[in-house]
Amino acid sequence: MTKPLSQIRNFAIIAHIDHGKSTLADRLIQTCGGLEEREMQQQVLDSMEIERERGITIKAQTVRLAYTAKDGVEYQFNLMDTPGHVDFSYEVSRSLASCEGSLLVVDATQGVEAQTLANVYQALDNNHEIIPVINKIDLPAADVDNAKQQIEDVIGLDASEAVSVSGKTGIGIPGLLEAIVKRLPPPHEGDANKPTKALLVDSWYDTYLGVVVLVRVIDGYLKKGQKIKFMSNGRTREIDRVGMFTPKHVLLDELGPGEMGFITAAIKDISETNVGDTITDDKKPCDKALPGFKPSVPMVFCSFYPADAGDFEKLKTSLGKLRLNDASLHYEMETSQALGLGFRCGFLGLLHMEIIQERLEREFDLDLIPTAPSVVYKINMTNGDQIELYNPVDMPDVVKIDNIEEPWIKATILVPDEYLGGLLQLCQDRRGVQIDLTYAGGRAMLVYRLPLNEVVFDFYDRLKSISKGYASFDYELDGYGENDLVKLEIRVNDEPVDALAMIVHRASAEYRGRAMCERLKELIPRQMFKIAIQAAIGGKVIARENVSALRKDVTAKCYGGDITRKKKLLEKQKKGKAKMRQYGNVEIPQSAFIAALKMGDE
Amino acid sequence: MSDAPDLEFLPGEMGVYFHWPFCASKCPYCDFNAHVADNVSHERWRAAYQRAVSHYAEMLPDKRVVSIFFGGGTPSLMEPESVAAAIDAVRAGWPCSNTLEVTLEANPTSVEAAKLAAFREAGVNRVSLGVQALNDADLSFLGRAHDAAQAVHAIKISQEIFERVSFDLIYARPSQTLEGWRDELCRALDLARGHMSLYQLTIERSTPFYLRSKRGEFVMPGEAMGADFYHLTQDVTEEAGMPAYEVSNHAVAGQECRHNMIYWTGADYIGIGPGAHGRFMRDGAVYASRDHHAPEVWLSRVEADGSGAHPFEAVDAAGRFEAGLMTGLRLCGGVDVEALSKTSGKSFNDMVDLKKLDVAVREGWAVFDGVRLRLTREGILRLNALLPYLLV
Ligand SMILES: Nc1nc2c(ncn2[C@@H]2O[C@H](COP(=O)(O)OP(=O)(O)O)[C@@H](O)[C@H]2O)c(=O)[nH]1
Ligand SMILES: C[S@@+](CC[C@H](N)C(=O)[O-])C[C@H]1O[C@@H](n2cnc3c(N)ncnc32)[C@H](O)[C@@H]1O
Ligand code: SF4
Ligand SMILES: [Mg+2]
Repeated sequence: MTKPLSQIRNFAIIAHIDHGKSTLADRLIQTCGGLEEREMQQQVLDSMEIERERGITIKAQTVRLAYTAKDGVEYQFNLMDTPGHVDFSYEVSRSLASCEGSLLVVDATQGVEAQTLANVYQALDNNHEIIPVINKIDLPAADVDNAKQQIEDVIGLDASEAVSVSGKTGIGIPGLLEAIVKRLPPPHEGDANKPTKALLVDSWYDTYLGVVVLVRVIDGYLKKGQKIKFMSNGRTREIDRVGMFTPKHVLLDELGPGEMGFITAAIKDISETNVGDTITDDKKPCDKALPGFKPSVPMVFCSFYPADAGDFEKLKTSLGKLRLNDASLHYEMETSQALGLGFRCGFLGLLHMEIIQERLEREFDLDLIPTAPSVVYKINMTNGDQIELYNPVDMPDVVKIDNIEEPWIKATILVPDEYLGGLLQLCQDRRGVQIDLTYAGGRAMLVYRLPLNEVVFDFYDRLKSISKGYASFDYELDGYGENDLVKLEIRVNDEPVDALAMIVHRASAEYRGRAMCERLKELIPRQMFKIAIQAAIGGKVIARENVSALRKDVTAKCYGGDITRKKKLLEKQKKGKAKMRQYGNVEIPQSAFIAALKMGDE
Repeated sequence: MSDAPDLEFLPGEMGVYFHWPFCASKCPYCDFNAHVADNVSHERWRAAYQRAVSHYAEMLPDKRVVSIFFGGGTPSLMEPESVAAAIDAVRAGWPCSNTLEVTLEANPTSVEAAKLAAFREAGVNRVSLGVQALNDADLSFLGRAHDAAQAVHAIKISQEIFERVSFDLIYARPSQTLEGWRDELCRALDLARGHMSLYQLTIERSTPFYLRSKRGEFVMPGEAMGADFYHLTQDVTEEAGMPAYEVSNHAVAGQECRHNMIYWTGADYIGIGPGAHGRFMRDGAVYASRDHHAPEVWLSRVEADGSGAHPFEAVDAAGRFEAGLMTGLRLCGGVDVEALSKTSGKSFNDMVDLKKLDVAVREGWAVFDGVRLRLTREGILRLNALLPYLLV
């Protein structure tokens, strides 16, 4: 039996990292009896190890709760846990689109943070009713009034009816449950008699079930045995399971209007199930797909090389396994003279990249060499063609280029006043254009347009170090813009080192080139021959360093035992040659390039 | 069997190295297997050396001994009876060359005329003295127990008793100047008779000097300075008629140390004593041996079963070639590559990158006439980098 719309509440929890979203969700689940005390493990929703550790949610999750309100009616709550980072902002927007309201959780000891803002705006874009929830009021440092004030000043929401709770101790939870019933609206539309229309909220790969599809039904029903169609690609499948999470898997006969749950349909490849797609009945389709569907587009690229060349196959299968569960991960094979065989990978954003790298290293035990992240440039050729450039190495001949466009972002930064100066400088250095600067409650809110290229490298680390960790940062993509961009090439003994090529703004080329040359000079061991290191744009050298030739390295003593030791060393050196790359008359250990890539860009 | 030329060895000719692991005090730069111990049981050590020798004699019956070397540690602290017993054991185990060279390393503090004479009686015919420096300040920096006057005295009485006397100096010391070294070297050349070892100070891990230099307590000469020191040393010794025949060893012609030539030309040697290494042919295969490092362990192993060695490691053809090239190129006379190919079983062309050899010749580091490959002074200075460069 499905519930009437009036007894359904679909809502999301929005919070900055660590403000207590997962803890609050745990408490709600526990209070509504979704899990017995003994089954509660902390943060039941964050199921992947990496999610739990980093406190971020990568896949959307829903939990259906049964709540009997003071009016005696049993309500169906569908609690949506959205992915918590801008890299997944499209996924967030689709999750939010499946709900009618949000709980905005603000840590009473911290106040509003940048990430909160972006998600609140997305919720408002989806016409959500929002209940401000002031969390962690059990802490001595809690300042409820200040948190409310910030919600009003920074976000502009009325906070007079904010609910104060402690997700940890449970204070205020009963009041919050009532507020959900009274203040959040039931699903706006939903007609049981219309053809099936459901939103594909998210999907993931499960070893036992195949691809599990998280759905929100708008009209009609989803039933076992039904033949459904994915409207974006026209594929049809037969539903073999319908169910919900409580958070345990519970099988149901059907999902009706307004309800959330999951279906499986013997799907093997996650790329068939696009987030934001509309699912309908194959024989009796709805007339129009839901608005807002976008295919996922990678924004940040970098290459991964196995530190041990023998791990190439392992890296390949590992990427394949991750891709099973992450349709937004793109990769293709690549060969680098400096680093050997690897993969060029595309990500939704920086965090996505970091997560993938970490999972490859941790879950698959790979030792990776990542190249510097870069973005996708649009190159307008003199003949009118436009090329998308994914890898600086592939930059066409400059004489054939009319201009280059790079992606921009709109960044929102919240920072305590005392660090403002440093951050303004940082944004300035990174070619930022100020859009807005406002103050609220001892903090400044900065809005800047910045080239994504300037942000992908170490912007976030710099921001954190300048502000001693107090600044928060969020961004959204903001179109492409033409700029004076050049390919900076690093050469060793006149031969380009492909892995170190980068696209930079002409104004910072010399500085970046000099920094890289100096760094390599430190890292390349001296050899019998002089080594010339150069940074060049086109044919023009803009910075150079030399590693002078060594004059003496012979060991003074070599008798019985020394011979054995030296022989062992020689064997090691010979083995090491496999990891050397030839540049002119010298062989340079791959490790020097790896270190150059790892050192970041000061 | 006729006697082989002094410095070239026939198949089956072998050297025997004895390691004496004790010293009166430990020098702060030294990473040799050398320990300061109060009560060393000379009887046990004597018996152990004898026992280990006869063990090898049974295992390697077809050898002929051309050299014996007592190294350390400070072997001049051994009782002359022990030295005699070890030499006698060797003579009992194998036929020995008429010109058998028997060297003993001695410290200036532990040599007196009577003891030296007893060593000569025991069969020693060559001593190598650890002089290290000829000025008191540097001797004390090096943590040596003797002063310069004692060192000179030790050289002189040794020369009275032995025909062949060598001594060691350590140079390129912190705060040493080229001029200061030239002076000291000239004084050394005046004292020397036939042979000297001149080592640039090396900071070894696991020595007190390592930590002290890390902490910046003293500053070692840089690489360029080290090269200047080396050139100066070669110029001065060549001028004086005692040129280098190996990286750090100098001799007037004919006075080269035969025992060391065994190491560098790839001939057979066995090593007896804690941490001693050996390398020898047995039933057509080449093996490397390594004795247990800890004196106590070595001693009890030998007492239990006659050998203090770890299991031997077979050395394959490529390993033989590489070791031969590695040590042979240390010699100023270089390597006979045809002979090396023959004895190792690996052809020169398969092991050495000829294009790179060409480069090395063009750069003035190597000279190659198709048979003999030798390094120039500039080449020898870069030996550690040249080897992996040349080998394929
Ligand atoms: N004292 C206190 N700590 C809380 C409360 N809610 C969450 N926390 C703690 O705050 C941290 C972050 O909570 P979590 O639920 O993981 O935050 P999320 O990143 O928003 O999911 C954890 O250490 C929680 O134990 C609360 O109400 N009171
Ligand atoms: C086997 S050692 C010991 C000889 C003897 N026990 C002595 O010290 O007088 C032989 C020589 O190696 C040299 N030597 C030892 N450690 C050295 C170091 N760290 N750097 C340079 N030469 C060193 C010394 O000249 C020493 O005399
Ligand atoms: S006397 Fe010789 S072996 Fe002993 S510690 Fe000093 S340098 Fe080393
Ligand atoms: Mg969480």
